[in-house]
Amino acid sequence: MSTLEIRDLHVEVETESGPKEILRGVDLTVNSNETHAIMGPNGSGKSTLAYSIAGHPKYTVTQGQVLLDGEDVLEMAVDERARAGLFLAMQYPVEVPGVSMSNFLRSAATATRGEAPKVRHWVKEVKGAMSDLEIDPAFAERSVNEGFSGGEKKRHEVLQMALLKPKFAVLDETDSGLDVDALRVVSKGVNEYKAQSDVGILLITHYTRILRYISADRVHVFVNGRVAESGGPELADELEENGYVRFLGAAESSKEEQPA
Amino acid sequence: MTAEETGPVASSGGGVIDAPGSPVLDVDPGIASASPKTAPWEERHTSYDVEAFEVPRGREEQWRFTPLRRLRGLHDGSATATGRVDVTVRAGFGDSAEDDLTGSGVRVETVGRDDARLGDGGIPADRVAAQAWSSFTEAHVVTINEARSDDAPLTVTVTGPGEGRVAFAHVQLRLERHAEAVVVLDHRGSGTVAANTELVVSDGAKLLVVEVHDWADDAVYVGAQHLSVGRDATIRHTSVTLGGDLVRLSPVINYREPGGDVELDGLYFADGGQHFEQRLLVDHSIPHCRSRVTYKGALQGAVDSAGGTAAHTVWIGDVLIRKAAEGTDTYELNRNLLLTDNARADSVPNLEIETGEIVGAGHASATGRFDDEQLFYLMARGIPEAQARRLVVRGFFGEVIQKIRVPALRDRLEAAIEAELEAVGA
Repeated sequence: MSTLEIRDLHVEVETESGPKEILRGVDLTVNSNETHAIMGPNGSGKSTLAYSIAGHPKYTVTQGQVLLDGEDVLEMAVDERARAGLFLAMQYPVEVPGVSMSNFLRSAATATRGEAPKVRHWVKEVKGAMSDLEIDPAFAERSVNEGFSGGEKKRHEVLQMALLKPKFAVLDETDSGLDVDALRVVSKGVNEYKAQSDVGILLITHYTRILRYISADRVHVFVNGRVAESGGPELADELEENGYVRFLGAAESSKEEQPA
Repeated sequence: MTAEETGPVASSGGGVIDAPGSPVLDVDPGIASASPKTAPWEERHTSYDVEAFEVPRGREEQWRFTPLRRLRGLHDGSATATGRVDVTVRAGFGDSAEDDLTGSGVRVETVGRDDARLGDGGIPADRVAAQAWSSFTEAHVVTINEARSDDAPLTVTVTGPGEGRVAFAHVQLRLERHAEAVVVLDHRGSGTVAANTELVVSDGAKLLVVEVHDWADDAVYVGAQHLSVGRDATIRHTSVTLGGDLVRLSPVINYREPGGDVELDGLYFADGGQHFEQRLLVDHSIPHCRSRVTYKGALQGAVDSAGGTAAHTVWIGDVLIRKAAEGTDTYELNRNLLLTDNARADSVPNLEIETGEIVGAGHASATGRFDDEQLFYLMARGIPEAQARRLVVRGFFGEVIQKIRVPALRDRLEAAIEAELEAVGA
């Protein structure tokens, strides 16, 4: 059993007018076998949270901790975090021209598993995982994400999660831009990995739609760089009904304090 | 398109670029109107005689990027021949290559300067090329008169005269009507060389040629390549520059009849102290011809403790579509990847169009630092930084290398790139 603990996390980014604080004290604990939905309006800092956990160089942590089973993740390089068991399914997966998906997946699996997977098993494993996500095998020979549609990119993010088998996965708006069919396939992939592992999931989303396919144990409303309210699945129902208005009202006043 | 966009584009690692990731500059397909200043080719004149060219001083458009003092007198007449290049032609490539060319449809001759075929490819357009023409004593002519299999490359190896020696070289590769061949022009060794290389591809013929410049550290090579493209002829030319102190290559495409189809690919990888310069002229003077140019360069500093100069690459891509060249289809692209701060890449695409009756014309040039977003993505999957960099660089050059039809050469180039990357611990 593992724990991912985020304590009083403050993060800023460099802007033209100087550093701007985006996360303003995030507290959140996710255990193995739990799925936490983080829901919030655009600009609330949800993606910043995702990228900060993964270690994107654009974001500077000014205060707080991210602990994976007590180990300080913030001290680790990006690749070390991944090898420690963290995974980020990105909202905008990056194209890497000239690097084939199969080469990429094998390099990543070799790195995270600590040894090269045996070729025979590996080929079978990849084929199986691709077929689960209804990905055409021809994609294995295409350059990483190059020319993929939005849905194809998201399927490949989930494919990577299934193959790299992280302890914790942050899914950053994996549902955005997907039609219903694609959403169903992607959700099925996530649920299958949940079923066969002890993964803890941080499901970051703008919409409640994906929660019809992936059930969340906890729901956190994220507003203005921090968790405004936490609850059970019923909190998502309330958001479905009323939107973020109730939370935004409270945020407006604190926004005033923020440097523009 | 404004004059600014067609003007010089220089990027150095010294801080010009602040964007993490994506290329800083991307001049994308556009059609240039007549430029207000005089275009380089309007000043261009050609002659076999070195005295027809003034000694360059360094300010001339043709020479402004070249460190003249490193040319060892090739440009001002003070370099005289003290050696000769060795030229061998073998069937195959690498360890399996054979000397025996019997029955292969290949004829190899060493001829004097009075041979009437010399000059079929084109005429020198700068002083060093004219110096080479005025000074060479023997020319090597390789004629191919049948359609050879894609799996049977020929290797023409040009070896420098040796350290401290100067040579003037002349090589002509001729493909007769409907001949086909895959040829590796492998340049290596030491010394100072000025050369003309003619690729004469007759009607309906098809030449796939990879020109490799893998010179020793001391070498200086200044070469003009004259490509003559017959009716419905096809040329796939890949230029690879990996080694040498200074390598300057000036390929010119001369279309002779309609239907010519040329793709020029390039790959160069410069370290600290190296100056690699490519100056291309694609002269669309004939209707219904096609050209594609794709050059990719990587640079890394690794300046030695002796305080040598930074890596410097120059890419000039001049494409001219003359009034008569209706139905032209052209696109050129140059991308440079700065792997370290101590490097400078100049990239100047020029597109001059004198007729609107064309299929398409465009150019793009981008020079950027290593794409941090790609690096982040790969590392976020657990791949260590050094390996992630290698993957990205291999990927960057991939589209050029994968088009090379000689597997053993592909392997050699991939290994050479790996070695370059390891040299700086990337």
